[in-house]
Amino acid sequence: MNFFDWEFAWTILPSLLDASLKTVGITLAGFSIAIVLGLFLAVGRRSRKRWLSWPVTGLIEFIRSTPLLIQVFFLFFVMPNFGLNLSALQAGIIGIALHYACYTAEVYRAGLDAVPRAQWEAVTALNMRPLTAYRKIILPQALRPILPALGNYLISMLKDTPVLSAITVVEIMQRAKNIGSEHFRYLEPITMVGLFFLILSLGLAWLVRRLENRMELAR
Amino acid sequence: MNPVVSPSQSRFAYVRRTALQLRACGRSRRPSRSHSGALPQPSRVYRIFAMNELIPLLLEGTWVTVQVTFFGSLLAIAAALIAAFGRLSPIAPVRWLATAYIEIFRGSSLLVQLFWLYFVLPMPPFNVSLSAFNVAVIGLGLNIGAYGAEVLRGAIRSVHKGQFEACQALNMTAWQRARRIILPQALLAAIPPGTNLLIELLKNTSLVSLITLSDLAFRARQLDQATLMTLEIFGLALVIYFVLAQIINFSLRALERRLNRGRIGGSLS
Repeated sequence: MNFFDWEFAWTILPSLLDASLKTVGITLAGFSIAIVLGLFLAVGRRSRKRWLSWPVTGLIEFIRSTPLLIQVFFLFFVMPNFGLNLSALQAGIIGIALHYACYTAEVYRAGLDAVPRAQWEAVTALNMRPLTAYRKIILPQALRPILPALGNYLISMLKDTPVLSAITVVEIMQRAKNIGSEHFRYLEPITMVGLFFLILSLGLAWLVRRLENRMELAR
Repeated sequence: MNPVVSPSQSRFAYVRRTALQLRACGRSRRPSRSHSGALPQPSRVYRIFAMNELIPLLLEGTWVTVQVTFFGSLLAIAAALIAAFGRLSPIAPVRWLATAYIEIFRGSSLLVQLFWLYFVLPMPPFNVSLSAFNVAVIGLGLNIGAYGAEVLRGAIRSVHKGQFEACQALNMTAWQRARRIILPQALLAAIPPGTNLLIELLKNTSLVSLITLSDLAFRARQLDQATLMTLEIFGLALVIYFVLAQIINFSLRALERRLNRGRIGGSLS
């Protein structure tokens, strides 16, 4: 047997690339939910109303310190008991989005905390409505410095998508495992999946670093 | 060529055996599937009695999770120290090697690494067969170690330049400098981000259930299939993970406070 069968690798490439689209799709869908939900969670956590800030803080801390795998299991296996039937893909996307929303919420919180106090006071002085204040004054200043941190969570999220294979979502990892058990060769498919994640995450990390440098320059 | 026993086959047999043992113990009972296709839920009385039997089984899994976390974090700390010093080494090939290790383990997904160690290594070109427990410890340790190396590198860099110069002025060897002056300060700075990494490690141990190690996540999944008490089982599993994470959090915070005692203003700069 040769070390790495290039011919075999070439024949399974289309199948893996096909499944990789799903991985990328899950990441993008999950991340777009996470960045929106995260913002709401962050605003909720910073709220002065305790009935709002305490439960949100508890939720964020709980989700951040429990494994994604069990959360996804919970969504997929427990939720049908409450009449919420999710497909594996839906449960996976919602699970990963919720998990990362709690991480991005902390990033947003850091960004919102960094907005100078005078800006908040000015907004009050101008009698702006909260929505307008956030949209026009606070968020533009809070978002810019935290963009690289959000980018890093995009990378982590991409690397966490293989977890969804546990609830039968056929993304690239599951596809590679299936190929491996069909042909009884695991070396090529799993190595190729590793390379896929390596290339994508190193590429994204490079983009994030460029973004970071540009922000340093802009300051 | 002699017939090869499929590793996945033997592993499947292992899973089935454990499930059968579990059932033979009379600890669990699977209700039959009704004609409508929906699975009937266990009665309330059954649920209350079953909890007494579920908790010890989940705790067995928790013990495996704790062991993997403990040995994994030891390996992670060792790997992080070596890789961090490797990256700061003046010798270029050592630096490249450390960088390659860090980038590969940070860049490819943990689950891919676990599968690689578990499914690829026992196959012909390598023929290294590791038990699921060893794969779990090695995979998690090396993965978190790579993240830890970056944290440590930042911490070592945060030590004031004057400290390095003072070591040189005192004619310390590189080893003395690292052990007596730099590391005590760098490790202290690395505790808060290190705590987060340890919690990541704990959470990531749940993935070893996918390579058939019977940790908490594996037990939860198995008991769920056997008893259908999904809400109780997964709810309990989540709570157990949360408690373990809080234990790590509080003990490392206590450690940091203890080590910080006697320092004025938090750091010597």
